[in-house]
Amino acid sequence: MELISISNVNVRYKNGVNAIHDLSIKIKKGDFVFVIGGSGSGKSTFIKMLYREIKPNTGEIILGGLNVAKLRDSKVYKLRRKLGIVFQDYRLLPKLTVYENVAFALECIGAKKSEIRVKTLKAIELVGLKSKTRSYPDQLSGGEQQRVAIARAIVNNPKLLICDEPTGNLDPDMSMEIVKLLESINKTIGTTIIMATHDREIVNKMKKRVIVLSDGNLIKDYEKGKYYDEAN
Amino acid sequence: MMKLIRMLSRGIRDAFKSVFRNFSLSIASVSCISITLVVIAISLVASWNVNNFTENIKKDVTIVVFIDSKASDLDLEQIDADLRKIENIESITLKTKEQEKKEFMEESEVFESIMGDWDEDESPLKDSFLIKVTNLEEIKDTVKKIKKIDLVYTVNYGESMVEKMLDAFKVVRNVTIVVVVALILVNVFLIVNTIKLTIFSRKREISIMRLVGASNFSIKYPFVIEGMVIGMIGSIVPILIVIYGYTYLYTYFDGVLFSSLIKLIKPQPFVYLVSLIILGIGMVVGMIGSSRAVRKYLKV
Repeated sequence: MELISISNVNVRYKNGVNAIHDLSIKIKKGDFVFVIGGSGSGKSTFIKMLYREIKPNTGEIILGGLNVAKLRDSKVYKLRRKLGIVFQDYRLLPKLTVYENVAFALECIGAKKSEIRVKTLKAIELVGLKSKTRSYPDQLSGGEQQRVAIARAIVNNPKLLICDEPTGNLDPDMSMEIVKLLESINKTIGTTIIMATHDREIVNKMKKRVIVLSDGNLIKDYEKGKYYDEAN
Repeated sequence: MMKLIRMLSRGIRDAFKSVFRNFSLSIASVSCISITLVVIAISLVASWNVNNFTENIKKDVTIVVFIDSKASDLDLEQIDADLRKIENIESITLKTKEQEKKEFMEESEVFESIMGDWDEDESPLKDSFLIKVTNLEEIKDTVKKIKKIDLVYTVNYGESMVEKMLDAFKVVRNVTIVVVVALILVNVFLIVNTIKLTIFSRKREISIMRLVGASNFSIKYPFVIEGMVIGMIGSIVPILIVIYGYTYLYTYFDGVLFSSLIKLIKPQPFVYLVSLIILGIGMVVGMIGSSRAVRKYLKV
């Protein structure tokens, strides 16, 4: 079953740049998809479109039954509650502890205190930071901070986890750990994951579906495991 | 419903927390509000007093209707009845020539010696009605109607003075309204900008709230409460200035300004009323300020 269905989407920025050109793509529930491409390939625009930071000019994006392209600003939160988003720069609140940062996501949507506690601890345990619950972000390594961000992204059991260059600030070993963590989330909870990256090594090793963008066009869509074969 | 209550209480808690957490910025907003509210308070007190003074003067305006000497007591009764039929008349007092004579005689010995010998019939004084009107602006019409009544000899109300006064009062009132409104607008503008600064430093927090799916309302609401709290704190100093300052001035000047003609408004309950208005302006302006400031970050 499809979780995301994108058809004939065009994004043109006000300065005239055509960021996405006639893109159509379908992503199944439970998939793990890499989106790769150089700078200016439309990778970021594609990701931002999914969480409705950018509105496409034409076309349709159906995500979990919501028409993302037609969503009003004031209703965006309905989409965001179905998603988890992870960024290159973690985006944690520096004055809050690990626990508070993760719980923040649930507090914002008005969850019950008892529910917040259970879910938050579970998410922190899942990303392997049980011992750092009371630490502040600046006391953690980059990899650990990204784990906190991932815990925050999955604490609400989203259907889709969107990762925008989550390993961009990390060394290769740490990067691999993060991607392995994402993979285990994908396998154990069944969360669909879309990850934009320019780290070819990771993409090679993981053997997942790979979407290649260039100048706003979809130029290749490799089936699971095919990317590695062809690249060699 | 429970969810809404939970979110509301969280918003209130967060608002108070963040006022203290962002203490230096809150102090900036609070002092900005305080200063402008002091100016507003002063202009409110001033305009209120001016208004009070003009109202008092308006109340003092009296139409004097002199009645022809031929008029008998019966005629006087008839005139009184006719006068009562005219709209816009608040009160009618009859002043007979005897009363008039008495008043004159009491005023000075010269009058007393001259008038003491007068007979009833040779008195040149006339009976008169003293009339106060409800609406001073319609005094001209009222006078016209009075003049039409039989046996009315002449009507006197300081025509040119009253008209000039009315015009002057209108100008004063309009100017004070414009000043107060302008000050409130300036206040809103200043507060929007200081709160914008506060919120700018929390852009990150807002963007994360948006990312994790907080609705616009639940993002905006704590900031609006925060603005209200800042407005409340900011109105403390102006309120103290009004209560103590005005009471002090009132006793210092003995309740009048320059001459006994300009009476100041009694401090109680006046100062409390002004304080309440100041508090209201502070809170509303704080709310509007922060809701406008945060709106910018709520767009996708």
